[in-house]
Amino acid sequence: MEAIQRHEGLVYPLNRTNVDTDQIIPKQFLKRIERTGFGEFVFYNWRFDDDGNIREDFDLNHEKYKGASVLLAGENFGCGSSREHAPWALLDYGFKVIIAPSFADIFYNNAMKNGIIVIEMEENILQEWMDRSEKGTLRLDVDLEKQIILDEEENKTVSFNIPGHHKEKLLNGWDDIAITFQLADEIEAYEKKLGK
Amino acid sequence: MTKPKTIIEKIWDTHVVHQEGDQHLLYIDLHLVHEVTSPQAFEGLRMNNRKVRRPDRTFATMDHNVPTYRRHEVRDQTSKTQMDTLQKNCEAFGVQLADMYHPDQGIVHVIGPELGLTQPGKTIVCGDSHTSTHGAFGALGFGIGTSEVEHVLATQTVWQGTPKTLNLKVEGDLSPGITAKDLMLAIIAKFGVGFGTGYVVEYTGQAIRDLPMEGRMTICNMSIEAGARAGLISPDETTVEFLRGRRHVPLGEEYERLAEEWLELATDEGAEYDETLVINGAEVEPQVTWGTNPAMCVPVAGKTPTLEEANHDPNVKRALEYMGLEEGQPIESIEVDHIFIGSCTNSRVRDLRNAAEIIKGKKLHDNIKKAIVVPGSFTVKMQAEKEGLDQIFIDAGFEWRNSGCSACLGMNDDVIPAGGRCASTSNRNFEGRQGNGARTHLVSPEMAAAAAIHGHFIDVRELQGILN
Repeated sequence: MEAIQRHEGLVYPLNRTNVDTDQIIPKQFLKRIERTGFGEFVFYNWRFDDDGNIREDFDLNHEKYKGASVLLAGENFGCGSSREHAPWALLDYGFKVIIAPSFADIFYNNAMKNGIIVIEMEENILQEWMDRSEKGTLRLDVDLEKQIILDEEENKTVSFNIPGHHKEKLLNGWDDIAITFQLADEIEAYEKKLGK
Repeated sequence: MTKPKTIIEKIWDTHVVHQEGDQHLLYIDLHLVHEVTSPQAFEGLRMNNRKVRRPDRTFATMDHNVPTYRRHEVRDQTSKTQMDTLQKNCEAFGVQLADMYHPDQGIVHVIGPELGLTQPGKTIVCGDSHTSTHGAFGALGFGIGTSEVEHVLATQTVWQGTPKTLNLKVEGDLSPGITAKDLMLAIIAKFGVGFGTGYVVEYTGQAIRDLPMEGRMTICNMSIEAGARAGLISPDETTVEFLRGRRHVPLGEEYERLAEEWLELATDEGAEYDETLVINGAEVEPQVTWGTNPAMCVPVAGKTPTLEEANHDPNVKRALEYMGLEEGQPIESIEVDHIFIGSCTNSRVRDLRNAAEIIKGKKLHDNIKKAIVVPGSFTVKMQAEKEGLDQIFIDAGFEWRNSGCSACLGMNDDVIPAGGRCASTSNRNFEGRQGNGARTHLVSPEMAAAAAIHGHFIDVRELQGILN
């Protein structure tokens, strides 16, 4: 995965709770055998109608959110299926940062393993950003190294927590498997103890 | 004396290979693989010249895409490519595969227990969120993403943070006619779709002990619908009897010795959990979901919420709109036109038997445009046919299909059309899950059978002579 230290970008507010991975990437697009090319199908059933025409009533389609790379969402984002196609689709579409009050466990891990910065944020701060990005436009600057989000317009800084191991891997773009291979002796010793 | 431990801690502690802060490298005893979440993982191995570390601990099948009507007619080329890719990957990396013509084929979470691959105390992973199903046996089973599938293939381990433990205690007995599905839907409705996030849940109480293994699997299966990392039930004699004689367990004395070890895994008396939630089993009624997540669920005698009751929650409003329902609408007034009996939640022989008992000698209601029964595995199908269950369904007007995931997520041709309304024994009622624009109501097999005969939801206990 690509290393990411800092990201500044346009915010898109998805003001819904319990957004499940079936919504993020519907099943008809899970049949590809590559990791790439899922972006055009992200939130497909919300972005397009049955005939594949753009839905004007879904605001991610609006001009003002073109190029959005910071996704705000309601609680329990990414619930449901373990499909990693969901973070692949979000990343491929251009989202580098996702901020919500809470995330489903599997999605949280999947997204971080693909180099997306996933941030849990207090609901009231998030709601204010949602409102501002709905009424106008909002840009946020996420500094992973310092664990802060800069809101330049308001000249405010908000700090966030992120597990140390995720942070380190994101900052360095490390491959989990390569790290684990360094522990091959311990795995072998464990297997020997198992006796099979 | 040592500190009493939960089964969760016992399994965890014996599988830690290495620890870095809160992160544990856990050894994986069994890795189940299917065609949808594995191609990119095998590709990753190939690109880095890596091997599958333990092909003997890896078992693959095809379930999500397989046709349930005519097996050989895979009409969607991309589905075919995905299955062919699994075949090639399994050959190249030496992984055992039950392909769609193999007698062991079935939904990955049905065949694991059926073959005795699933055993108490094991750590089991699969690139599928419903891996929690295996927890019914007192195993620690959890779903992983494709990056982790690749990691397990390469190292037979996975990195995990220590889970918090939650005791979900069912007090009292379930009333006659109440199923494991009703209980689990009631649990999610009561505590919400996020109550399990960050936790491994152990289900305890006499009502859980009284459930057969199939019911326990239904409960643990839907743990993920509450956000739980895994759900499990301490093993007991029911567990031991279910596994006895299955292909991947030893025979004779060796089995008895193993069984003793399994029983010792059960949570010790006095063990502490991080959290405890209690539900009264006697209060549970037959459940029907009305909305677009599994917590949007009420007893069949109930009504959809009014917007006022829901404090004008826009998510409730949108769910009612998507589902084409009125606020405050009685559940029994909802007419259905599709019936799906199947999925890793409810497709085992006992589920089919229970539904067939309601269906026997009856016909589908005129409202029903399509009703399908999809056994969870080839073995389930054979057993059901031996018992004549297929004929009961066929005589009533159901289609009797081959095994697979089918209309639970509609990756094959078994899709509910837009605007169609399905009484489904599956696990997710998300928007578009069973088909774009399809409306899903989650119920037990018995309740699906009752809706099939009556064309709308009805308390199945009225048909069973339990209620008047």
